[in-house]
Amino acid sequence: MSNRIGVYVCHCGTNIAGKVDCADVAEFAAGLRDVAVSRDYQFMCSDPGQDMIINDIREYGLNRVVVASCSPRLHEKTFQKACQRAGLNPYLMQHCCIREHCSWVTADKEEATAKAKHIVEAAVYRVGDHQELFSREVDVLPDVMVVGAGIAGIQAALDVARSGHKVHLVEKSPSIGGHMAQFDKTFPTLDCAACISTPKMVAVSQEPNINLMTWSEVVDVSGFVGNYTVTVRRKARYVNEDVCTGCGTCLEKCPTKVFSEFEEGLSRRRAIYRNSPQAVPNTPVIDADHCKMLTKGKCGVCQKLCPTGAIDFEARDRVEVFHVGSVVLATGYDTMDPTPMTEYGFGRFDNVYTALQFERLNNAVGPTGGQIVLKNGESPESVGIIHCVGSRDVNYHEYCSRTCCMYALKYDHLIKDKVGHHVKVYNFYIDMRCFGKGYEEFYRRVQDEGVTFIRGRPAEVVQENGKLVVVGEDTLLGMRVRVPVDMVVLCTAMEPRPDAQDVARVFGVAQGQDGFFLEEHPKLGPVSTATDGVFLAGTCQGPKDIPDAVSHASGGAAQALALAARGHVDISPTTSWINPDVCIGCKVCIGLCAYSAIEFDERRNVSVINEAMCKGCGSCAGYCPSGAAQIKHFDESQVFNEIDGLLGFRPEGPAEAVEIPIEVRADEPA
Amino acid sequence: MKTEFEPTILAFVCNWCTYTAADLAGTSRMVQQPNVRLVRMMCTGMVDPKYVVKALLSGADGVLISGCHPGDCHYINGNYKARRRVKLLNEILPQFGIELGRVKLTWVGASEGNEFAATVNNFINEIRELGPMQARAMAAV
Repeated sequence: MSNRIGVYVCHCGTNIAGKVDCADVAEFAAGLRDVAVSRDYQFMCSDPGQDMIINDIREYGLNRVVVASCSPRLHEKTFQKACQRAGLNPYLMQHCCIREHCSWVTADKEEATAKAKHIVEAAVYRVGDHQELFSREVDVLPDVMVVGAGIAGIQAALDVARSGHKVHLVEKSPSIGGHMAQFDKTFPTLDCAACISTPKMVAVSQEPNINLMTWSEVVDVSGFVGNYTVTVRRKARYVNEDVCTGCGTCLEKCPTKVFSEFEEGLSRRRAIYRNSPQAVPNTPVIDADHCKMLTKGKCGVCQKLCPTGAIDFEARDRVEVFHVGSVVLATGYDTMDPTPMTEYGFGRFDNVYTALQFERLNNAVGPTGGQIVLKNGESPESVGIIHCVGSRDVNYHEYCSRTCCMYALKYDHLIKDKVGHHVKVYNFYIDMRCFGKGYEEFYRRVQDEGVTFIRGRPAEVVQENGKLVVVGEDTLLGMRVRVPVDMVVLCTAMEPRPDAQDVARVFGVAQGQDGFFLEEHPKLGPVSTATDGVFLAGTCQGPKDIPDAVSHASGGAAQALALAARGHVDISPTTSWINPDVCIGCKVCIGLCAYSAIEFDERRNVSVINEAMCKGCGSCAGYCPSGAAQIKHFDESQVFNEIDGLLGFRPEGPAEAVEIPIEVRADEPA
Repeated sequence: MKTEFEPTILAFVCNWCTYTAADLAGTSRMVQQPNVRLVRMMCTGMVDPKYVVKALLSGADGVLISGCHPGDCHYINGNYKARRRVKLLNEILPQFGIELGRVKLTWVGASEGNEFAATVNNFINEIRELGPMQARAMAAV
């Protein structure tokens, strides 16, 4: 049966018609091969416009449709659905763009009309080779995996669990809570961080629908949306979680002391340790690299002292496999190590602290019991707070870390509050960015408390006569300044975890230029990723403060739940297909596939696509030396036809019979 | 002056970055020379070198391939594959009498509408300098 194509040229009011002679384009299209009807209309996406297509499909028996209007990214779905309503397979429609790429960007009317004709011609040639395609439905497993148990992961896990779905929550460190557990107060309400996060941490441990796995890592993910198989390595804790009561006796007598990561190196912990007395779970963990029993085979004090016999030096890593429908990634961030910025003297001078270290100085269970003190134990009389350390800096991170202005203001207040109002506090800032609810008010309040703001990023911090001096320029006064202080706090940038690249590879998500995980769309898809069924929560996607991270996490949870609750998902049919009659079995495509969606059929000696895993990127089809691999809806003949049309290259072919009734343009819908 | 050479440019652009940038350039009314025509691909990784050769033989004076910035690929690493293919393609094109510079690979991110318009205009000007493709007549033989 020969093709009967309907062409519909949209005016989009004057958006297209202002530059393109739509009637002329429609008339031109009517003369193209196989075109049975060609019309132009003011608004094709309107109901009467869509009805025009539907009526024509029925009346003229159209089996192909071309719509020339706006970008397919905007309305392709609209017209596909219209075709579907008329009983035409949606993939037999080609949407081509004569607005964004033609009328809006071309200065000359004549040239715009000529360009539009080429675009329509290409679509007509292309659509002739379109095939019917059918999306497939696959079941979605009901369980959800959340990776990372900071505040975002906790929120996502609780949201999912409370809907009745089972959650597997994987956390790399020995206890949950993430960076928020290190903070003392939160801005701008000055809530005690522990008071608001600990109840959530406990809720996680008590929630029957959450399978909490701390000291664990995801090592492998396979499968596709709705059917992921996740392998988790549960590192040996050497303390039996089922037996341990968390009494803490073991922590006191361990003879080995190393710098504590949780205290940001400000104090030491034992080889058997837990992050804090509020840790969830409360079970300690043995650091295998430093424990004398595990490294040298002698000591075992903790084992002798443990009243419940929970210490087990024979423990080994275990591997567990979970089958989940979707994954929420909440792997969080790190703060930048400011040591490479030698000008600020971190690591060289005492009393230069990073922001997280300063958080620990403030924390009631921190190394100083919540006292803001210098290394010599005295209270500071003056403090310099340097904003944007590593942020908004082309040499380190170009982006704004979003939280530093606000936590610097929090520090201003805490210093005044805890050490005394006589303490001089200097903020060296580039801009103040107080964007959130109640943030600007907090900024005013701190200003009223007598804090000094100096606009200009300092050049360096030097030490003179035992005192630190911040050297810089006050760009508002246009003067160089030298500010002597007792203590310097560096507001260090938020940056992606050092292992973000490995995590991205395991889960098949992309990273942006800044290294954070890439969302599907910066505006309209901020929690989904290019990998269906893998969602983002919190700061692994980019710098966020706590409210943003929590709401982002709830968004990720909602996406995962939408999948789980519906129970099935449509898989796009525009995947790759390898013609077994043509495939020579060279296996090149298998190495090219970023999704491991191609397998080799040893019996037939050909490569085979797993359509459920294929994303339709076409890496295989772009290379296949024999042309066996083709992307459905982007196959060779379709692209070749499109190229011919765009270049006005009239392929020689059998002349079509002319009995097709030609209906040239009608301004009003039928 | 209509006698002046007006090149025809075909651009293979990826759906996620450069096609979106082209949309943005349109929405922002960034005027481009009319000589460019876009072919939407899902990824630059699916641009088969034979599409490029076909375009050059069918009347294009230059071919632009543009996708996501390195590291930003919607399909993990399709743009790296495109980079490799274009490099290889550029090795062999001169052997057919096709000057280097007729096939160009660029990265234009989804938010870079102005970058897209500039890339297109610059490339058209570059091809205008190069002149019409002479090799086509030979290839047709």
